[in-house]
Amino acid sequence: MTESSVETHDYDVVIIGAGGAGLRAAIESVARGAKTALVCKSLLGKAHTVMAEGGLAAAMGNVWPEDNWKVHFRDTMRGGKMLNNWRMAELHAKEAPDRVYELEEWGALFDRTKDGLILQRDFGGHRYARLAHVGDRTGLELIRTLQQRAVAMGIDVFMELKIVKLIHDDSGAVAGALGFWRNSGEFVLFRGKSFVLASGGIGKSWKYTSNSWESSGDGHALALWAGADLIDMEFVQFHPTGMVWPLSVRGLLVTEGVRGDGGILKNSDGERFMFNYIPPMFAPDTADSVEEADKWYDDKNFRRPPELLPRDEVARSINSEVKAGRGTAHGGVYLDIASRRSPEYIRRRLPSMYHQFKELADVDITTTPMEVGPTCHYAMGGVRVDPDSTRATVDGLFAAGEVAGGMHGSNRLGGNSLSDLIVFGRRAGIGASERALGMTSTPKISEALVNDAISETLLPLTRSDAENPFSVQHDLQETMQDLVGIIRTHRELEEAIEKLEVLQDRVDKVGATGGRRFNSSWHTAVDLKSMITVSKACANSAILRKESRGGHTRDDFPKADPEFGKINHVVSFKNGAMSVTPAPLPVMPAELAVLFEDAPPVSNPTPKGGDK
Amino acid sequence: MSDITVRIWRGDENGGEFKEYVVPAQEGEVVLDVVHRVQAGQAPDLAVRWNCKAGKCGSCSAEINGRPRLMCMTRMNSLPEGEPVTITPMKTFPIIRDLVTDVSFNFEKLKEVPALKPKPREKDGTYRMMQQDIERGQEFRKCIECFLCQDVCHVIRDHEENKENYAGPRLFIRYADLEMHPLDTNDRRKLLQEKAGLGMCNITKCCTEVCPEHIHITDNAIIPLKERVVDDRYDPIAWLGRKIFKRSSKTQASA
Ligand SMILES: Cc1cc2nc3c(=O)[nH]c(=O)nc-3n(C[C@H](O)[C@H](O)[C@H](O)COP(=O)(O)OP(=O)(O)OC[C@H]3O[C@@H](n4cnc5c(N)ncnc54)[C@H](O)[C@@H]3O)c2cc1C
Ligand code: SF4
Ligand code: SF4
Ligand code: FES
Repeated sequence: MTESSVETHDYDVVIIGAGGAGLRAAIESVARGAKTALVCKSLLGKAHTVMAEGGLAAAMGNVWPEDNWKVHFRDTMRGGKMLNNWRMAELHAKEAPDRVYELEEWGALFDRTKDGLILQRDFGGHRYARLAHVGDRTGLELIRTLQQRAVAMGIDVFMELKIVKLIHDDSGAVAGALGFWRNSGEFVLFRGKSFVLASGGIGKSWKYTSNSWESSGDGHALALWAGADLIDMEFVQFHPTGMVWPLSVRGLLVTEGVRGDGGILKNSDGERFMFNYIPPMFAPDTADSVEEADKWYDDKNFRRPPELLPRDEVARSINSEVKAGRGTAHGGVYLDIASRRSPEYIRRRLPSMYHQFKELADVDITTTPMEVGPTCHYAMGGVRVDPDSTRATVDGLFAAGEVAGGMHGSNRLGGNSLSDLIVFGRRAGIGASERALGMTSTPKISEALVNDAISETLLPLTRSDAENPFSVQHDLQETMQDLVGIIRTHRELEEAIEKLEVLQDRVDKVGATGGRRFNSSWHTAVDLKSMITVSKACANSAILRKESRGGHTRDDFPKADPEFGKINHVVSFKNGAMSVTPAPLPVMPAELAVLFEDAPPVSNPTPKGGDK
Repeated sequence: MSDITVRIWRGDENGGEFKEYVVPAQEGEVVLDVVHRVQAGQAPDLAVRWNCKAGKCGSCSAEINGRPRLMCMTRMNSLPEGEPVTITPMKTFPIIRDLVTDVSFNFEKLKEVPALKPKPREKDGTYRMMQQDIERGQEFRKCIECFLCQDVCHVIRDHEENKENYAGPRLFIRYADLEMHPLDTNDRRKLLQEKAGLGMCNITKCCTEVCPEHIHITDNAIIPLKERVVDDRYDPIAWLGRKIFKRSSKTQASA
């Protein structure tokens, strides 16, 4: 096939992904006069962002006037165990409020305070009630508002089109993106000046996950293959509260809002166990008695309940309780809001949770505790970017949202993703359109590279007798769940790396039955290439980090190591080989560093009470 | 547990047929789980849309035993035991393959809706809106765009020719969302009557019955819109007066 026979489009800016980050980038890029294409694997409005529940964090100070960007910045850095890119965390904390007001102007209807302002709710790791929200369907409001804005601006959207490869021009800059329409299986080439990755997460590589099929890590893999660096790939957030029963919905998310609104965690002995797991780093801010914890909901002069520690702490504690034999029948712990809040309150504040448990598990959460356990949720790691422009380490490439790394360090606070999407989505739109509008001609790309990529993508369809992609996917998920999960060891990571090599071989030989039109087996076969790539990046980074920090817990190195606190791991891919190297953290300027002077050091994440 | 039989429509725009698949039953499953197990084993190329598996994204719409529903929110134990489960694609939209239909009609209609035109901010730079004034709007904005209401609406289900001049219940909610938005200053009534075909809806309420978000599409959106359009059809001054009145009463409420 020659290039001329492939459907080809020329744009200034091509945005890959139409979740919150991609939509916000597209809006900005169009507003600045760049000819912009927005591409997504699903229908418009179905991206992962739609599932976000609890809220988006912005220090607007509507509920607690004491709140401001410095407190938010400090919470974010401490939540990330100081591994965050400080500049990203600074920009995020400073700009999030304006981005929220903008959404309001575009039609978003957030829940209100008594004075008619945007209401803010409590979430783990945030000092003040800071999350703008709409009940527990905030992501829907966010994506719909942005989508409606984008549609009103007349943005060109290419739905159900999967990008499989980024293509360089002679100068080594990214100048093309090849993909196919999922409906027809026909190929499409985008030629452009700037490309923005906004492709979301990697969670589909684990067995129990809150993520959908879309989170196969395509953007992470596309960047790596195109020569860009990834960072922090060992850090994967396991959300403490996923459903554990029925099995078919295991991993489905239960929002942190349940705990923010008064829900508590109990083991099978009925003990409120989180008091046994308060790490020194957070001890000064955390209540150590039930009485104090319960007062905090109404009076922030008291210290916060331990249920609202950052996610990594809570997830590990639940894991320890279950391991110690104090779990529920289905291997979780109890999340109880029924005994603490009125049925009316629960239904009003948490309507989708009420609905989800009622419909899927026959459980009425206003009368019965939920069974929950950790679920793979969020990738802190991602494309290494320049904080201000979101530029990746390869020319012509930008990244924003979950696919970008650095902002959240080793652990993300709840609510900080949705705000990340709109802050850095906008910045990506600026960065990408500025580069594009500054160029005089569209770069040239070689026909041969395009044709090679097409043939490679079609290969699985030529091997209809080969192994079924669903079984390879299943084994990959088992491997990552068992060996690169919430608690890791050197021996298991070594085993994972070996197994991933074998799986790579199977991915390379996988076959798809049927034709090119909306063929799930072919789609899965192609997705597997990204999944195996990001899985390797994760395992290979994890084995090198011989400490425990945030979303990376090593049974064989249970403490945080100050030396590892000075570096990020950078993953790169050259001549078909992946390598992981340490890079020193960017140095925080003195005026920000003072914010941490009185803070206790990053602590050992398995506190003394851990084996109790 | 015993086996379950599902009859899934397989085919494309050139036609198709039901194929029967038998899989072992598993506790707690929804229809989408069964479809996925069929896909992972016996029919790897089966086309089906899904994302969230939790009734939040509106991707997995289909007709289950003839009734428009989300596959991910239909428990197997809610269907008659021992009988085969029939799964067909939504009827109102052109077929692409198997359970996947071409729903672009809805996206095209959404493009026609004039956007929100917000009033200026208050002097302190904020927008003040009281919770009770946005509750109706929040109800409409729960819509997950599953398009099941569009699928069931008889005005377009059996009348392809009406599609050009009829927007359908999902769109009526979108219009109502904007028309009742406390910040909006746009007027969409003429469009509603002429291009969106509001008059063609004869309030059968089938849309409300299938809505997985339990939005009161007819009572809270369509009927009030019909009243508005009729009231103000020939009297723009009255309309303007009412909008201004509505606004000022809102401002008072927030003071
Ligand atoms: C259940 C749940 C609840 C959550 N709740 C919260 C919360 O309350 N607060 C919070 O801050 N965060 C929350 N999160 C996290 C947050 O929702 C996500 O991190 C965020 O939405 C990611 O947005 P994104 O724009 O980066 O990508 P996504 O929304 O994941 O969108 C990715 C887009 O990229 C497209 N894409 C991917 N690969 C390709 C390809 N190869 N070709 C073309 N297109 C492609 C997809 O189709 C999609 O359009 C939650 C997550 C989950 C799963
Ligand atoms: S009430 Fe109106 S919109 Fe709803 S299904 Fe009936 S005719 Fe269609
Ligand atoms: S109104 Fe209800 S049925 Fe119609 S698209 Fe929205 S959620 Fe679906
Ligand atoms: S898969 Fe999202 S609604 Fe069914």
